[in-house]
Amino acid sequence: MADSPSGAPDRGGPPPTRGSLAAGTEATGGRAVSAQVPPPVRRIAVDRHPHVATPTPGDGAGNGAATAALSPAAARRRPARPAVSPPVERMRIESVSLAYDERWVVRDVSLPVRQGEVLGLIGASGSGKTTLLRSLNRLTEITAGAGRSGRISLDGQEIHEIEVTELRRRVSMVFQQPNPFPMSIFENVAYALREAPTGPRRRRRRARRSQLEPAVREALRRAGLHEEVADDLDRPGLSLSGGQQQRLCIARALAADPEVLLLDEPCSALDPISTAVIEELIVGLRESVAVVIVTHNLQQAQRVADHVAFMHLGELVEYGPAEQLFGSPRKQRTRDYIGGAFG
Amino acid sequence: MGVMATAQLAPEPPGPTIVRPPRETTASWPLIDRVGYWLCWATGIGLCAIAAAIVLYMFVKGISELRLGLLVESPAPSLQQNKSGGFLDPIVGTFVITAVAIVIAAPIGVALAVWLSEHRNPPWLARAVESAIETIGGIPSVVLAIFGLIVFSRSFLGFLSHSANNGTVTGQSFLTAGIVMAVLALPLIVGATREALAQVPGRMREASYALGKTRATTIRRVLLPSIRPGMASGVVLGMGRIIGDTAIVIFVLGSAKYKNEGVGSIPLIGTLRGTGATLTSYVYNNSPAGEGNAPQKAYAAAFVLLMIVLALNALVTRLTRGGGRSRGRGMALSLAGRMPWSG
Repeated sequence: MADSPSGAPDRGGPPPTRGSLAAGTEATGGRAVSAQVPPPVRRIAVDRHPHVATPTPGDGAGNGAATAALSPAAARRRPARPAVSPPVERMRIESVSLAYDERWVVRDVSLPVRQGEVLGLIGASGSGKTTLLRSLNRLTEITAGAGRSGRISLDGQEIHEIEVTELRRRVSMVFQQPNPFPMSIFENVAYALREAPTGPRRRRRRARRSQLEPAVREALRRAGLHEEVADDLDRPGLSLSGGQQQRLCIARALAADPEVLLLDEPCSALDPISTAVIEELIVGLRESVAVVIVTHNLQQAQRVADHVAFMHLGELVEYGPAEQLFGSPRKQRTRDYIGGAFG
Repeated sequence: MGVMATAQLAPEPPGPTIVRPPRETTASWPLIDRVGYWLCWATGIGLCAIAAAIVLYMFVKGISELRLGLLVESPAPSLQQNKSGGFLDPIVGTFVITAVAIVIAAPIGVALAVWLSEHRNPPWLARAVESAIETIGGIPSVVLAIFGLIVFSRSFLGFLSHSANNGTVTGQSFLTAGIVMAVLALPLIVGATREALAQVPGRMREASYALGKTRATTIRRVLLPSIRPGMASGVVLGMGRIIGDTAIVIFVLGSAKYKNEGVGSIPLIGTLRGTGATLTSYVYNNSPAGEGNAPQKAYAAAFVLLMIVLALNALVTRLTRGGGRSRGRGMALSLAGRMPWSG
């Protein structure tokens, strides 16, 4: 939660000048990244040069790549990219600035969030990327003093005009620490489905297990956890391994069939093997849900993201296709940040 | 994961020689610190000795005086010890008053704790309620008792107890005493529940909000089920306090009573509106300090009382220790299906 409200930089007044920003990039950026890069693992080591282009409409539609997404071979490098239909914009962030009390944490950011691609948010600690992510389902509002200017829309509708519980069902979130509830695996997922006021009768009776079970199993399947737990859905969710717990959280987030899935450093508490499993999962999910991932780990951004936004001290420095941003960044600050990671 | 499991199967190499640091001694300490250290030791041992002495003395005395007949016979008004019966009524009375008090105090206490910990709105009221609970916790039970007697002697509250022949309301009954006992137990239940709520990690609440759940749903479906051991230990602590209290029994349940005397002809309501005795009042009344002169029976009853309270203490220890890790969660889960709010 490095970017959580409390961890945000203590910048009282106006933002620093450009010169100090650039200096800050080298100092904090380099340090933060070297601390985040995991020990070299096989699949990470080979991943210097992502060679798979952002899928374009009609790019190899119907080839075998889709089935390869979850094969072990694909785990060794950038997860195979199944062909996707043309990206559809689900959310639009327009000139958004975010503040806690008088302190600006995000300034004037505009980004599209599209289904069919993964949007990666990268940046050093305190760059505001987590705050930006949390603002997309108004989770910033549970912190007192949070404010916003600009416009965030979901399918064309301003998110402040959507009831917050409905918004959060449509834009769900997975956190840094796996946080399953102290309930069974089944109940963890079913919780997201229950009490959703869908019908005309809002206070309908609680659904019975048999009614929920297909949806629960489907969510577990989408999160790649079903095979491992299919026989024992009544096990406590907390008895799973860390990586499985995080996939359970993803299943929970997917259960209500959201349009957008927000991931806040979903792998930073996990070992490399679990990380690889979840990265593949993320790439596989982007067809059916718009994915936004915040990560400190640049290699991870390279592996999973189609478009990447680099943020620094609350500002959006650069946004572009992953291979362009990592291969030939246009801005000096981006170069510094990425250089710090690889050099 | 499979890879890790196989890695653990490798034959165990001979262990390295373990070097342990030498034991810390107080030889180098200044005299005053050494004296303080040994005083700490001595007080600790002294406390153990006091506890052991009470338990052993009551055990020896109680066992020698206790006969099975005492547990199943009602007391009889007689000065001859072999005709004055046992203490069945006080045992029943103890359970009845505890049940009445807990039925009142547990829901109110949990609700208060949830409101104080999770809502706190308006804040000034929350602070006032906190002070009120602290104040009640510090009031001697004899003061609560006399206040309760004054309140429940009002004629419009006569339905809770019964009237004497001249029409005055006595204010003494299991109901009225139970209500006063509930006030006595309330701070303990509130305290234990709040402590348990404070230990639920914030990310549980966040996870629930992120799934589009309201605060009320989060409390009912996530928080309350996970703090079940904490609530239970608060209730058991409260029970211990109720069972051990004497002043309220003598004032509000009926002084110098041996038998539970119902009022009217309706069985349960009659008992609740009637007066009675508990083990504490029985011990008091039969001891040389009270009116009776049957110290042997007082010892036997005190022994039974002690056993009940020790059993409750053991239960609290078990609930709170088990509440920490996996076992407590397992317990919480196994209870989860049966609680009304888990529906």
